[in-house]
Order: sequence, then C-alpha cells, then structure tokens
Amino acid sequence: MTEIIVVTSGKGGVGKTTTSASLSSGLARRGKKVAVIDFDIGLRNLDLVMGCERRVVYDFVNVIHGDCTLKQALIKDKRIETLFVLAASQTRDKDALSAEGVRKVLDELIADGFDYIVCDSPAGIEKGAHLAMYFADRAIVVVNPEVSSVRDSDRILGLLASKTQKAEKGEGPVKEHLLLTRYSPRRVAAGEMMSVDDVKEILGIDVIGVIPESPDVLSASNAGTPVILNEASDVARAYEDAVGRLLGETIPLRFIEEPKKGFFARVFGG
Amino acid sequence: MGLLALFKRQPKSANIAKERLRIIVAQERTARGGPDYLPLLRRELLEVIRKYVNVDPEAIVVNLEKEDGHEVLELSVALPEKKPAAT
Repeated sequence: MTEIIVVTSGKGGVGKTTTSASLSSGLARRGKKVAVIDFDIGLRNLDLVMGCERRVVYDFVNVIHGDCTLKQALIKDKRIETLFVLAASQTRDKDALSAEGVRKVLDELIADGFDYIVCDSPAGIEKGAHLAMYFADRAIVVVNPEVSSVRDSDRILGLLASKTQKAEKGEGPVKEHLLLTRYSPRRVAAGEMMSVDDVKEILGIDVIGVIPESPDVLSASNAGTPVILNEASDVARAYEDAVGRLLGETIPLRFIEEPKKGFFARVFGG
Repeated sequence: MGLLALFKRQPKSANIAKERLRIIVAQERTARGGPDYLPLLRRELLEVIRKYVNVDPEAIVVNLEKEDGHEVLELSVALPEKKPAAT
C-alpha cells in the first residue's frame, strides 16, 4: 500500500523543501521505499537540498513526455539505499505538468512497490501546487508562527478540502497535519511569537512536528545533506519525531519550551 | 513617556497576531465554498441599488447558507435612515 504525502504551505520560504528532504530521508532510513518528487517546475531546488544536483539527467517532465523511462529519471540517494529523488524540470512552460501525466508517474511508482511518495509542492496556489496536492492521501502543511504564513495555510486547507481527487470523488478527507518551522521558544515565552497552541487553535488541525529555529538548517542545505541526518542537531531530532508520528507512534512534542537556565547562568548571564 | 505608561500593560504582539488571525480566518472560511460569482453579484447589486438609494458599500450582505439539501441565497440591504429634512 503506497501513501502519497504532499508537503505544502501556500507561502514560500517556510521550509517545504527542507521538510520534504528530511521526512523522506527519515522514512527511508527506517527501511521504507520512498520517492520524493519536486513539483516546482521551472524552479528546481530539491536536488540541491538533497545534494544530488550534479546527477540530474532526466526530470519529472521528461518522464511525463516519454523522453525517458521513470527508472532513468529516478536518482538513487547515495546515503540511503531505499530513497529516490525525481527532480523538477527547468522548463518555463507552465503547462508542462498535466493531471494525466502526474497520475501516470504516480501509478508507476505505486506499481514499483514504493511505500511513500512525498510531493514537494511549490509555493502559491497555481497549477504546480494544485497537482502536488491533487492525488494526496495525506498533507503536511508547513507553517511559520507568523501571520501571513498562518493565513496562507488556512487557504491551503480550504483547497485540500475541495480541490483534491479524494474531495472530488467523495473518498473522504485528505489527512491533514501542521508542521511548525522556525519556532523560537524564547520568543514565544516573551510573547513575541505565537505558540504551537495558538496556531493549532486558529487552524484547527493537529500538529505533527515543531522544528526549532536553528542555524543547522542553513548549514545542511549549504552542504546538500538533509538536516535530519545531522545527528547532533535538535532540528534532526524534531524531524525524526515527526517521522515517528507519521508512522503512527505517539511521541510528545519537544523543543517547544525555553531551556531552563541554571542559577549561575542566570546570575552571570550565559 | 509618562509615568503611567510604564504601568499600563502593552498587549503582547503574539496576542495581537492571534486575535487578527482569528477574525480574518473565520471571515475567509465563511466566504469559502461559495460560488465564485458572489463578490461580483454583490458589487453589481450595489451599483443597481445605488441608482435609487445611496447605500453604504458595507450595507449589502450576500450570504449563501446550506440547509439540509438545499441552498439559500440571502441578501440583506440596510437602507440609510431617512433624514427628516429630505424632500
């Protein structure tokens, strides 16, 4: 049974690609066979974050047009045996993706026995974003605790409830989860940032992960290594927890409270 | 800054964000799911009514309610109060 997961947000720059790279790596590291697809046609980036940009020969649109086979276009990850990347095309043709073409590729992945297909959605609500969510069984809505991101997420939730195959065919709702990124417990404690509970209350859906703000995210993308593989980082632990929750484990949220300072640190400042 | 201002509690910006979002999200959710022509219908109605009565743009409310199986399009126009001197 294959599960199709869309990583989406509406707003750009909130961490969709970082999240797609880390969740797919985390799932694959647990032995699942995973394909992660970049739906951002014209602005390919997942390959850079995954560190396989120099191995892209064929892309998603090439497969749809029949220029190559799916096998030729899937880039096998060098770190994790069961992880495959399908890069976005760099074409400027907005209509390069079609629902039929996407369906064909997904069906072939399902027939190939993939456990998870992670669809990295582009920002916005145009065609690429629409097709990334259209076939999804489950959606991860990446949100920053910030007004424009929260509002756009709500818009995306509306689209998930109406403009997906499941909604149109009446096959029940797409499972929806929030994943908060760039979370700063210190600023939440100071009343400068909305808390997990605030965002959850406004949007009304459950939280599958909270990723703390950290310089490790930039370092990881600089290096082309999904941040979940940086064992020393809290970000990696937070993503690993989210992977566990995706697989149905019950794991309490971490990194949502400010670390308590010891007496000396408080007196001398540290 | 006066001494009093020091004691007056400033609302935290996170609370302001939450309140603003709560209102706008609720508003946008009611508009969602309705047909796309509602805003245009509202604007054209306003133009027609304004030929006869000078109503406020906010005075027209167009609502689509779903009630077991059928949909009700509700229009509400608040007419301005009559000025006594008007002839």
